[in-house]
Amino acid sequence: MGEDRYLVEMKNIHKWFSGVCALRGVDFAVGYGEIVGLVGDNGAGKSTLIKILSGFYPPDEGKIFFEGKEKHFSSPREVRKLGIETIYQEAAMVPKMSIMRNIFMGRELTRLKVGSVGYLDVPRMEEESMKALEGVDLRLRSPHALVDELSGGQRQGVAIARAMYFKSKLVILDEPTNNLSVKESQKVLEFIQELKKQGISSIFISHNLYHVYPVADRIVVLSHGEKIGDFRKEETSIEEITKLMVLP
Amino acid sequence: MAQGLVNVLKKIILLREISSLIMLLVVVLVFFAISPLFLSQENVAIILEIIPELGIVALGVTMLMISGEFDLSVGSVFAFCPIMMTMFVTWGFPPLLSVIIALLMTMLLGALNGFITLTFGIPSFITTLGAMLIWRGAVLLITGGWPPPFPAEMSTGILVGRLGILRASIFWYGAITVLLWFVLERTDFGNWIFATGGNQPSARAMGIDTHRVKFTNFMLCSLLAGFAGLIQSFRLATTLPSMGTGLEMDAIAATVIGGTALSGGVGTVIGTVIGAFLIRVIDNGLVIIRAPSYWFRVFIGIAIILAVILNSFVRERAKKLRC
Ligand SMILES: Nc1ncnc2c1ncn2[C@@H]1O[C@H](COP(=O)(O)OP(=O)(O)OP(=O)(O)O)[C@@H](O)[C@H]1O
Ligand SMILES: [Mg+2]
Repeated sequence: MGEDRYLVEMKNIHKWFSGVCALRGVDFAVGYGEIVGLVGDNGAGKSTLIKILSGFYPPDEGKIFFEGKEKHFSSPREVRKLGIETIYQEAAMVPKMSIMRNIFMGRELTRLKVGSVGYLDVPRMEEESMKALEGVDLRLRSPHALVDELSGGQRQGVAIARAMYFKSKLVILDEPTNNLSVKESQKVLEFIQELKKQGISSIFISHNLYHVYPVADRIVVLSHGEKIGDFRKEETSIEEITKLMVLP
Repeated sequence: MAQGLVNVLKKIILLREISSLIMLLVVVLVFFAISPLFLSQENVAIILEIIPELGIVALGVTMLMISGEFDLSVGSVFAFCPIMMTMFVTWGFPPLLSVIIALLMTMLLGALNGFITLTFGIPSFITTLGAMLIWRGAVLLITGGWPPPFPAEMSTGILVGRLGILRASIFWYGAITVLLWFVLERTDFGNWIFATGGNQPSARAMGIDTHRVKFTNFMLCSLLAGFAGLIQSFRLATTLPSMGTGLEMDAIAATVIGGTALSGGVGTVIGTVIGAFLIRVIDNGLVIIRAPSYWFRVFIGIAIILAVILNSFVRERAKKLRC
């Protein structure tokens, strides 16, 4: 059994890639409505850990509990149905598709279904996508604009609006502030705080401790596939974590 | 008022089909200027008679290409289907059943392309290049290189029967075009096709079964190629083992001219229809103006390159128009 006070709990997670040990016995948990910052050097295993959590690949060893029950995730689709939504910097959107089609990608609103093919309810998707964007205070010209034409920060905003709209329980953001200007990063941090206000838990991965620290409730540090730190924000400081991260 | 007009213009310029449409109009006008016979009722009827065969194959190729995969075996499947149909009739099966079995077999060939490509994670370019050679070889082996006699008992009216100056095949082509347009633009499955071709990892992360999407399109593409092959063999009342040789190139050309991206994720059904018309019009127009038929390949080559250049050029321009 997992503990009830956690939304998600990963225990003793191991993962090998053709001889490389990416994760060696990591314990990781996220509470209800909590923002957890996940930091660590390049190749520390952050992406691998959250890819396991989002169903991309199974762990080679270890257990995952969601809302107290043990789960064996077999596909991203299944995980998404549970309410865990992952936002990758590059892979969150399909650039050549409209904002509306991106928001409803894989969860289209349909009117009539023939077999497994549904007739799109375009008017409702237009309306609802504008509503979803207002949820993060993002004002865009039209739901039919291509995502290609949005800035990196706006894209993150759309992805977060999407997660909110579909009432996710946990939103995982892998380096959402990568390649963004100071102002745009700030906007993304606001989006993340908006998630918390709505009671949605989130995992925020970044290289930039100065982005993670102000918004996170708890900070987890990975190094060479192992967890080397797990602090409530009050118990630590940027200096302490920095020292931990640069240690060999 | 003026602003409204500019907006409408901008919309038109931004249509993906626009460069192919302009090229088609220019080509038609040039042929017409050289020889007014080109737009005579008889000649238009001839174009409409031959267009569905390439057109239907190209539609399948388009769907598959938007989802991010290739099929080079459509030309061979184009021959495989009618040949199998003929063989089944020769072996004593009723005509209609023979047609159905042959179509199911072509769908199976598509499934095989999809299965091999997706399970082994190899490029579909390779899988279907192999399939192209294998099925062409199979057709030659089955027939011994000789065209089997077209079954006399086969009633061909449903596919190629005459209605005035038209043939039934053009209506099949129209119906398939409308159906595929609808699927692509107005259904959730269409959205999955664009998402799969546009960014497969993110489509997968959003819970779309991208393998299923591609697999379905492999089958569809093959099925349409086989169906188009039947139309041609019904029209000519023969089944030649060499049918459809090189057709994969024309189908891909029609698709690319119509604005579909080779890399997937972008494309339209209507563009491909225009592309197919352009190819057939060039083919036919050269005959009408009595130019040597060798020019055909040259012009198609120019059309492909020009269409893609125009496409990206027009889009760049249109973007700047905005501000
Ligand atoms: N699919 C894979 N195949 C082989 N090795 C992999 C794969 N994914 C990750 N690895 C290896 O696992 C280790 C951890 O990688 P991971 O991507 O999780 O690091 P990260 O903490 O996200 O790094 P970064 O901050 O650079 O994104 C690295 O050594 C990497 O090379
Ligand atoms: Mg990473």
